[in-house]
Amino acid sequence: MPIVTFTANIQRHVACPDMEVAGITVRQALEEVFAANPRARGYVLDDQGALRRHMIVFLGGEVIRDRIGLSDRVDPADTIHVFQALSGG
Amino acid sequence: MSDTMLVSTRKGLFRVTRDGGGWAVTGVDFLGDNVSLTLTDRRDGTHYAALDHGHFGVKLHRSSGAGWQEIATPTYPPKPEGLEENDMWGRPLAWSTVRIWALEAGGASEPGVLWCGTIPGGLFRSNDHGASWELVRSLWDHPGRKSWMGGGADLPGLHSVCVDPRDPARVWIAVSTGGIWFTEDAGATWSQRGEGMRADHVPPELTHAPIAQDVHCLVQSPSDPTRMWVQHHNGIFVSSDEGRNFRELTGIEPSVFGFPVVVHPRDPDTAWFVPGIKDEKRIPVGGRLVVTRTRDGGRSFQALGYGLPDTHAYDVVWRHALAIDTSGDRLAFGSTTGNLWVSEDQGDSWTCVSNTLPPIHAVRFAG
Repeated sequence: MPIVTFTANIQRHVACPDMEVAGITVRQALEEVFAANPRARGYVLDDQGALRRHMIVFLGGEVIRDRIGLSDRVDPADTIHVFQALSGG
Repeated sequence: MSDTMLVSTRKGLFRVTRDGGGWAVTGVDFLGDNVSLTLTDRRDGTHYAALDHGHFGVKLHRSSGAGWQEIATPTYPPKPEGLEENDMWGRPLAWSTVRIWALEAGGASEPGVLWCGTIPGGLFRSNDHGASWELVRSLWDHPGRKSWMGGGADLPGLHSVCVDPRDPARVWIAVSTGGIWFTEDAGATWSQRGEGMRADHVPPELTHAPIAQDVHCLVQSPSDPTRMWVQHHNGIFVSSDEGRNFRELTGIEPSVFGFPVVVHPRDPDTAWFVPGIKDEKRIPVGGRLVVTRTRDGGRSFQALGYGLPDTHAYDVVWRHALAIDTSGDRLAFGSTTGNLWVSEDQGDSWTCVSNTLPPIHAVRFAG
């Protein structure tokens, strides 16, 4: 089953342990995580459910293409990495 | 008299308290995080803090004395499918909270009611101490809202909420830029207010249009709610008829530009401002930091600088960074340079609390 893993930076605000999911799209996978961890949703997605502007999701080492619909397909062996930009000051 | 203030900064929320030896920083929460604004609800003593985590978005926390707890963030409803709505730059307008820019308590007769203003312009109401929020659709869907524009920020921002102390169903809000709006039915319907203000930075046909006004801060006198004060991009304006009509006050030295205004809790004629060189520079005039005060409804102003730097000061004081306590004697303000000053004599003299805080977004008395 795919695994969703989160950036270390988010853990300071909301604990996001690795989680095995059954979804076959990034949306489905993340929704499983947020169902178990509702607070995490607003840290990753904006009000409209799109990926926040400076958040980034890697799937099999590639950046996902659909940042709005999160429709990229997930294989059972995939790890979904939820990262963020390192900018700021 | 308040002995505590909460100072929201780029790198944390600082608690500043007064004891026998004067004012000092005595605590910090959210160290390292960007805290944009606080509210202390005087009806029940609860504190609220707005945080901007950048990549992770805007959050709200609440404390009733036993530590901070994250609560619901005002969140926009789904943008209707197929709706094409662009911002003033021609880009699709995201229905998403970018910044919490106003936090105010409802009236004494409605415990738990809170108002929250945001960028990109939505007003939210909570009936349950911030456990949940609802976008005020009547204002968001108002055709006039589509004409609001960004001021200092890319998108319009709702930064001031004034709840009528006589009747909490009557609420005024102000937008940069979008002027002043008023409801007398708790937000069911809205009308534009603010005749008499003047905007220099728009085409002549819009100069006097109430919707084109870049209000930087709006306050209402608690002791005479018909009196409202505005620090505007173009100057200082005062109203004596609940914000229907404003009169421009001119000839105020050293400048009429600024962001914040506060009004004395028991004297509607006394108000304070922090002037600076107009928008092209936004620094104190001549490097000398002063606060201006009127005691006669705007007929005359004094520049108050005793205890403030009179040379090489480049402090900018944002709209929420000047505060007055319930006594009307104590004022405090903080600057983008991380300086915090307090006065215990209505601004006649000032004492520096710290020169080394992070950039200050907001100062609020919390006691």
